[in-house]
Amino acid sequence: MTLWLTPRNVVVAGLLLFLALVPAYVAVTGNAFLMTLFTRIIILAIAATSLNLILGYGGMVSFGHAVYLGVGGYAVGILAYEGVASGFAQWPVAIAVSALLALIVGALSLRTRGVYFIMITLAFAQLVYYFGVGLDRYGADDGLTVYRRSQFGDLVNLSNRTVFYYLCLLILVGTIYLVWRLINSRFGMVVQGARSNDRRMRAIGFPTYRYRLTCFVIAGALCGLAGALLANHTGFISPATMHWTRSGDLIVMVVLGGMASSFGPLIGAVTLLVLEELLPVLIRLLASGVVEPQAAVKVAEYWQVVLGPLFLLVVLFARGGINGLLEGTRRG
Amino acid sequence: MADALLAIEGLTKRFGGVVASDGISLAIPPGELHAIIGPNGAGKSTLIGQLTGEIAPDEGVIRFEGRDITALPVHQRSALGLARSFQITSLFLDFTTLDNVALAVQAHAGHSFRFWRSARAEPELREPARAVLAQVGLAHRADERCANLSHGEHRQLEIAMALATRPRMLLLDEPMAGMGPDESARMVEMLKVLKSKLTILLIEHDMEAVFALADRITVLVYGRVIASDAPAAIRANAEVRKAYLGAPDEHAVEQVAHG
Repeated sequence: MTLWLTPRNVVVAGLLLFLALVPAYVAVTGNAFLMTLFTRIIILAIAATSLNLILGYGGMVSFGHAVYLGVGGYAVGILAYEGVASGFAQWPVAIAVSALLALIVGALSLRTRGVYFIMITLAFAQLVYYFGVGLDRYGADDGLTVYRRSQFGDLVNLSNRTVFYYLCLLILVGTIYLVWRLINSRFGMVVQGARSNDRRMRAIGFPTYRYRLTCFVIAGALCGLAGALLANHTGFISPATMHWTRSGDLIVMVVLGGMASSFGPLIGAVTLLVLEELLPVLIRLLASGVVEPQAAVKVAEYWQVVLGPLFLLVVLFARGGINGLLEGTRRG
Repeated sequence: MADALLAIEGLTKRFGGVVASDGISLAIPPGELHAIIGPNGAGKSTLIGQLTGEIAPDEGVIRFEGRDITALPVHQRSALGLARSFQITSLFLDFTTLDNVALAVQAHAGHSFRFWRSARAEPELREPARAVLAQVGLAHRADERCANLSHGEHRQLEIAMALATRPRMLLLDEPMAGMGPDESARMVEMLKVLKSKLTILLIEHDMEAVFALADRITVLVYGRVIASDAPAAIRANAEVRKAYLGAPDEHAVEQVAHG
């Protein structure tokens, strides 16, 4: 039990160490792309971690979680556009608006179960997506450029890419820790109990709805923060961020990495997004040994044909995701 | 009637054309172990559902300690001290045995909007839970994953979950379901101990157990109470004998119910 040197812990520690060293590597090699990629991975890992709180621990399969990424991003983008550059205003607004939206979506969707819950969260996501498309003042479906990163006075300078990277990493680690505390607290026991057996929870005296709703709101707020980071990172926000396929990506990260595990969403985000970059290159290299270089480029466009079955294998044979494989346990 | 811990008056529930509860009236005084028997389809589960709040009755009143609880949601009835066990084991399979019971303790230890401290490190949740596990004879299985317990152990844990809410009254929905003779005997022994402390409404098919435990027995046929009396009187009741005890085939029961 006290043995900490498990494969999972080694991988997680290695991953965190790697993430901590990315800026150093970039400083030496000048490979700025790697910094951009991993900043994005870290931000989406925060979003996936927030989704894991409701999806993994709470059993609430939200098919509209990317909406909070968009809402958080738009909060930053719109405030910046309207002349409010201070992060002290932007970020709390991003979190608050996301929480408020989650409260509305959750209040209605949590009265339903299963497929109906999925459909209602998806419907709300589509509603907000088209609302974003209709925002003529803020670029409609072309999106909105965020010219200046959030200003935090002398506290931190987000325009410095290394500073921004480490801030994102810090928030990721903080989010993982927060979720870990939450799920082991009384509150978390109730949320997990409701996932496992809601009927029994009510029978032993828990009004589960209010706890699940609170959980849903916390997850939305955390994802809204990730959205604020994302808008700062890309300097751009558009309705595409909220598209339902983005919500699907977040679900894939959580399921791939391992539902209801602390580091699963991070592992899933790294795996998915690195594979998205690597697979086309690998396939092109492999194919170029067989066919003409131009044809190899064509073949590489079908990299998702490889990613799809990989995901399928994990879902079918490793129900605890990659985290479960590393732990050597099978959940459920 | 006023002294009854649980009083039901004219409880009626229809599902389409089927009358599952047909004007049921019962009064269970504190300390009584009251058994409800009846053939399959007699409406026992529908009755339990209405008592726990999962099914809303069409007519009638349910009072607990004199208070009208007919419209109260499930969790509030639990808060008043009305606990239930499930006919089909209904537990948190991915938690440990102790986690299961501790959660039931937590339900009655103030609100759970506590976000930081580990619930598994709270003695005020774990210790009462351990005590209840010891009471039902599951102390040695405390740290086992619930899914790994045997059927008999699940049934014991069912009772433990209900007990952990520190109820005034237990609604036991077929606690012996699926048990072997040895396990049943052990359950009867446990219920004998419990009955000195709690008021119990017991729904059970195992007649041996029912007659060994019950102070009073109500016989339900097609949603209607056909007899409610002491075990000896029920045994002697010609209508009940004809309908139920002596005639296992469905025909005889039907004749009594409609004739």
